[in-house]
Amino acid sequence: MRPAKPSASPSLECRGLSKHYGSGRVVLAGLDFVLGEGEFVAVMGDSGVGKSTLLHLIAGLDVADSGEVLIDGEPVLSLSDDDATRLRRQKLGFVFQAFHVLPHLTLYQNVAVPLLLNNLSPTPAHDMLAAVGLGGRGNDMPRELSGGELQRVAIARALVHRPRLILADEPTGNLDPQTAHEVLELLRAEIKATRAAAVMVTHSEAAAAFADRVLILSQGALHDRARKATAAR
Amino acid sequence: MSTPKTGRGLTTLARWMLGAQWRSHRGRALVAMVTIALGVGLGYAVYLINGAAFNEFSAAARSLSGQADLQVRGAQPFMDEAIYPRLAMRVGVTAASPVLEVDVALPGKSTTLKVLGMDAFRARRMTPDLVSIPSSQAMLDVLADDALFLSPSAKAWLGAQDGAHVTLLGGTSPITLRVAGGILRARPGQRIGVMDIAAVQTHFHLQGKLSHVDLQLARGVDSDAFRQALQSELGTHLVVDAPSDVESRTDRLSRAYRINMNVLALMALFTGAFLVFATQAAGVVRQRAQLAMLRVLGMTRMDLVRQILLEGGLLGLGGGVLGIALGFMVAALALRVFGGDLGGGYFPGVEPRVAFEPIASAIFLLLGVGVALAGSLVPALEAAKAQPAPALKAGSEELALAPFGTPWPALACLVVGVALALVPPVNGVPVAGYGAMALLLVGAIALMPRLTAMVFRRASARRVARQGNVATMLALARLANAPGQASIAMGGVLSSFALIVAMAIMVASFRVSVEHWLAHLLSADIYGRVVQGGDAAGLRPDQQAQVAAVGGIAHVAFARVSRLTLDVAKPPVALIARELDAADPDATLQMTGNVLQPTSWHSGETPVWASEAMVDLYGYRLGQRLELPVGGRGERFVVAGIWRDYVRQTGALQMRVADYRRLTGDVSATDMSITLRPSTTATQVIHALKKLPFGDALEFSQPGEIRARTLTTFDRAFAVTYLLEAVAMVIGLFGVGATFSTQALARAHEFGMLRHVGVTVRQILAMIAAEAGWLTLLGIAMGCALGFAISLILVFVVNPQSFHWSISLHVPWAEIVMIGCAMLVSSCVTAVLAGHRAVSMDAVRAVREDW
Repeated sequence: MRPAKPSASPSLECRGLSKHYGSGRVVLAGLDFVLGEGEFVAVMGDSGVGKSTLLHLIAGLDVADSGEVLIDGEPVLSLSDDDATRLRRQKLGFVFQAFHVLPHLTLYQNVAVPLLLNNLSPTPAHDMLAAVGLGGRGNDMPRELSGGELQRVAIARALVHRPRLILADEPTGNLDPQTAHEVLELLRAEIKATRAAAVMVTHSEAAAAFADRVLILSQGALHDRARKATAAR
Repeated sequence: MSTPKTGRGLTTLARWMLGAQWRSHRGRALVAMVTIALGVGLGYAVYLINGAAFNEFSAAARSLSGQADLQVRGAQPFMDEAIYPRLAMRVGVTAASPVLEVDVALPGKSTTLKVLGMDAFRARRMTPDLVSIPSSQAMLDVLADDALFLSPSAKAWLGAQDGAHVTLLGGTSPITLRVAGGILRARPGQRIGVMDIAAVQTHFHLQGKLSHVDLQLARGVDSDAFRQALQSELGTHLVVDAPSDVESRTDRLSRAYRINMNVLALMALFTGAFLVFATQAAGVVRQRAQLAMLRVLGMTRMDLVRQILLEGGLLGLGGGVLGIALGFMVAALALRVFGGDLGGGYFPGVEPRVAFEPIASAIFLLLGVGVALAGSLVPALEAAKAQPAPALKAGSEELALAPFGTPWPALACLVVGVALALVPPVNGVPVAGYGAMALLLVGAIALMPRLTAMVFRRASARRVARQGNVATMLALARLANAPGQASIAMGGVLSSFALIVAMAIMVASFRVSVEHWLAHLLSADIYGRVVQGGDAAGLRPDQQAQVAAVGGIAHVAFARVSRLTLDVAKPPVALIARELDAADPDATLQMTGNVLQPTSWHSGETPVWASEAMVDLYGYRLGQRLELPVGGRGERFVVAGIWRDYVRQTGALQMRVADYRRLTGDVSATDMSITLRPSTTATQVIHALKKLPFGDALEFSQPGEIRARTLTTFDRAFAVTYLLEAVAMVIGLFGVGATFSTQALARAHEFGMLRHVGVTVRQILAMIAAEAGWLTLLGIAMGCALGFAISLILVFVVNPQSFHWSISLHVPWAEIVMIGCAMLVSSCVTAVLAGHRAVSMDAVRAVREDW
């Protein structure tokens, strides 16, 4: 399958991506996938089908059996670990189900981490916190926040350094429906504002409804459900 | 790809993360720092104390030879003064100064006063510091035969001011002298007196004798060549010393003691390193997901390693700085309270003062940092190596410790350790022996995860089959399935208990060997000697006859103890002439093997029996033929046996007193062993002996007193060892506490979950106690085995190589069991206390906690 190509210069391109586990089970079988600038895609599928593995391969956190991943035209899988790390640092942003906010840093420091890793001024972290509705709480510690607020911090951290691609793994899996709705609205708005592309793995139809299109991962390949998120909203 | 260079951003991030670590784990960081501080502090203190004492002792010894380029001495304590004009007129010598040096006893004092007999006019040039200062009204006192000039310390010690009279013992006779003034410059604490040389010869019955002649050489004379030529001309009965030999002798005299003290102190630092490792490893396990997140966000492996090493290094730096301050204070206090040798008896008569040493301080500081970095390196590398994606998942902690389960590096350490134990000493120091001990320790600790898994998997399988209670089942399951985390805590138990067992076995072996040796040696009823008076003291034949005639005495065996210099770079060996049955020397001495029977001696040979130290230091072997500077030139000696001596680690030779008298003409005696007639008591005989005209100059002991005194000295010498051992144990328990505490907090989530499913707080605490108990029990069992192995190295390798005597193995089971029980209880209590805090956390919050 080949989902529609929305622009001439894709932010992400997967070519013939294959991966099997040690047990011999094939999770990705020659997967092709293109994502254009500013595009927000939801990937759905059964548990264990390989959704998170796909994200890990895109981020250079796991090794594919074959195929290639290009981010802004730059091949990821052939990069050394250090170069892949630097690419993640500059061009990717992550949002996880478990938030993974560093517990002993303040909110401001948490959001500033990607800026500092890129040797940039940490000051924009304040604006980013304000943008996700946590203005003035930069000195709070993560333990003082609710789950929804922690995910807002994670979103701010994912976007603060203006990455080209956001990877979100079940970003609302730990949140109640109302908070999940707010967080996804925020995520979408920020993605659109920064013109980053985004891949969101989710089990939730409600969450998937926020994406521009929905892809189903099944039998090692992606299938387009061609649903417009905006319509649902 | 183009990437911005990491720079200030990463520096800021590193600073933030360090601050966060400090804020969140201050207690743990402080424990690690204090541990390193203790290790560095003890090492630095021992170094400062030894260094100060050694330097002061060497300086005091050097000050006695002053500006001399060379010194000619007798191989025995005194030499004929006829050598002096020959040396003074020798081509190449610009000045020669004769000196007669005697250690003189004083009534009521337990130590001696060194009295130097000098030619005032020649000494002025050679040893200007020792110039006598008479009062301006009596300038000729420097030549007076009753005038004694004392150093400030000697005056203070004797409580004698100028003009006062002091009584010294010349052999067995009292000599009253007048304190005529002081000495120009003496070292602090140096107790010496200076007299005219002729007066010393007269008062101490040493007419025609000298101790040494100090020589100054003309400019341009090659000192080494001159020395070699002179030595070959003078033969072995006279030795030619250079100033460097003084330092070498002092060094050899105390080297083994100083090195052993330093190694003991470094043991504390080693356990400190292990604690840092345990702290950092536990921290890395706990923060595994956080570190993985940093990798996901773009921190490179190298940046992560740098960050973790920076944390460890800062702990080391903090601990090191604290340790340097602590070490300086401890050294100053110990020097003031115990003296420079901490009771070891190696540096008598000096008052060393501790001085700040920048280079040594820097080295110890670096040692602290290095130890902390070494402790952090393995966890840092593991954290960097971890794949971020799996590490982000909860429950992956044990994966972090998987590399520690590989047995090969541990087995390699053990094999190399055993091999090193067989390597001979390097320059008289058992470097390989110490290396072997360290490798065995590291190897055994590294093998623990594997052993823990093996033991507890088997135990867990049995328990599951028997359907035990929930606490037991949970505890065994964790120990079986998370052996890496469990082993970190056990490493502290293992290392400290192994060291304690090793030291306990070594000390017990030594002590029991000394007891057996004393029982063998002390066969007479009374032992007597001329009150400590150095080489000048001795009973004349008529006095010996008076002793033998005292009622109640069945037999008196007289002995003459003297010194012999066989190598100028080594301290003199003791020469003991006594009654010995050549056919059965074992009746008197504790022989270590076969003896050479009289039938095997060649005609004209004199037998000598050498101590074990002579074998190590001078290469003596049974049956070896040799020349000794005793008697005339060309006398032949044969080594007729090797005996055990726990007193003189620099070597001793025994010979029959009749042979000694025949060869030297010296018929005096310094020691005696008295056998009583039946129905006579020792007290009666000692009373009668004290009534002899020279009775005040004699001191007597009964075997029980000597035994008690020797063992008291032994225990005092090992008091510092016990102290350092206790510190190692406290550090070990610190490690257990810190590790259990870290792990318990990291397991708050698990405890919260257990409470959710209905496990009570009491059951969780029982589980923690069971885990700690079994773990500690295994640690103690392994520590016992490892400690035994290390004790074998201490007893059979390090001890003989350091002190040149052999000891037999004795295991103090009761002491080991007692310490083991104490460790088991403290470990369980520590674990439960640490666990209590984690269990006390609100169950809902504990489960919700993200990290």
